[in-house]
Amino acid sequence: MKIEVLGTGCKKCIELEMIVKQAIAKSGKFVQLEKVDDIMKIMEYQVVSTPGLVIDGKVVSTGKVLSVSEVLEFMNS
Amino acid sequence: MWQEAVNYLTFNLLGLSGHLGESINFFIYDTIKIWFLLIAIIFVVSYLRTHFNTEYVRAHLQGKSELYGNVLAALFGIITPFCSCSAIPLFLGFIQARIPIGVTFSFLISSPMNNEIAIALLFGLFGWKVTAIYIGFGLLVAIVGGFVIGKLGMEKYVLMDVKPMEGELEEVKISLSMKERATEAYIYTADIFKQIYLYVLIGVGVGAIIHGYIPATFIAQYAGANNPFAVLVAVVMGIPMYSNAAGVMPLVEVLTQKGMLLGTALSFMMAVTALSLPEAMILKKILHIRLIGVFFGIVGFGIICIGYLFNFILK
Repeated sequence: MKIEVLGTGCKKCIELEMIVKQAIAKSGKFVQLEKVDDIMKIMEYQVVSTPGLVIDGKVVSTGKVLSVSEVLEFMNS
Repeated sequence: MWQEAVNYLTFNLLGLSGHLGESINFFIYDTIKIWFLLIAIIFVVSYLRTHFNTEYVRAHLQGKSELYGNVLAALFGIITPFCSCSAIPLFLGFIQARIPIGVTFSFLISSPMNNEIAIALLFGLFGWKVTAIYIGFGLLVAIVGGFVIGKLGMEKYVLMDVKPMEGELEEVKISLSMKERATEAYIYTADIFKQIYLYVLIGVGVGAIIHGYIPATFIAQYAGANNPFAVLVAVVMGIPMYSNAAGVMPLVEVLTQKGMLLGTALSFMMAVTALSLPEAMILKKILHIRLIGVFFGIVGFGIICIGYLFNFILK
């Protein structure tokens, strides 16, 4: 599984990255985590409000900091 | 009823009177009233907002004609959240979708100006009439300002090369249950309230001191009808205050009670919300300083005109 956190370095983006890390640790899964801060790459995902969360190439959330359980839910679905 | 309860508390139970009694009465009454309204209004706005997001707005603005696009963008600005940290992806993403730069500016002006904190405070402090005037004229500045910027042909001042996308964006669908929306609104409301309750407390506190101790003639002399530059000074002072809107607005209410003209107050509050230095710093990464200057100049000019217009009409 590959998870990408899209964000240009704002406070919320850093928060989301921390939460995703916690969610990964909790899930016990093997996950490749990548922080995407290149604005051109973010736009390729059609995301205009950061932070965005992408799981296996699919955008699942934009513009908000999720909770650990919400991230886990996205990872399991 | 709430006023009577607070009156009973301060004058009867605590046995206060005079200036001190007035100030404390005002402080308790206003703080609790504004906190309550803030929570209620932010909850309602953030609940409605779960139906929209910036991606949704972009898909709906794509391919709209210019003036219609400006109007639509300004209206969307009321309901969508704005975070200055998202300004860059928003700006470039709109260009990518071939949305004219003027329409993007209409959104960029309207969204922070009509933010839920400002609306809740205005409603709580000044009532629905002033709130409606603020939103109405705020929209006008956003529409006209964006339209004018669009007509100036400033596309060349966007410093980043964005490849326009082919074809149409897909319709953005947000499917959430009512419970999920309410939960999201609750989390958001709690989050915002934690950030601003202290500012409100301080703002009302300083306001309460002014309310009880400083005579009306003092403020009227500096910010009232006799000072022709009051609006101008108010707008310039408002620019660096964005993050403190929650603390500034209760102060403005007291100042208007003490003789500051409503137009001056409106201009000041619009400058606080619509023109923010942190946003300008962020946009500077992708926009030429000349374009940011034009943006601030046009919005500032519009806000100043509104201030003078109101002071003139309501005289």
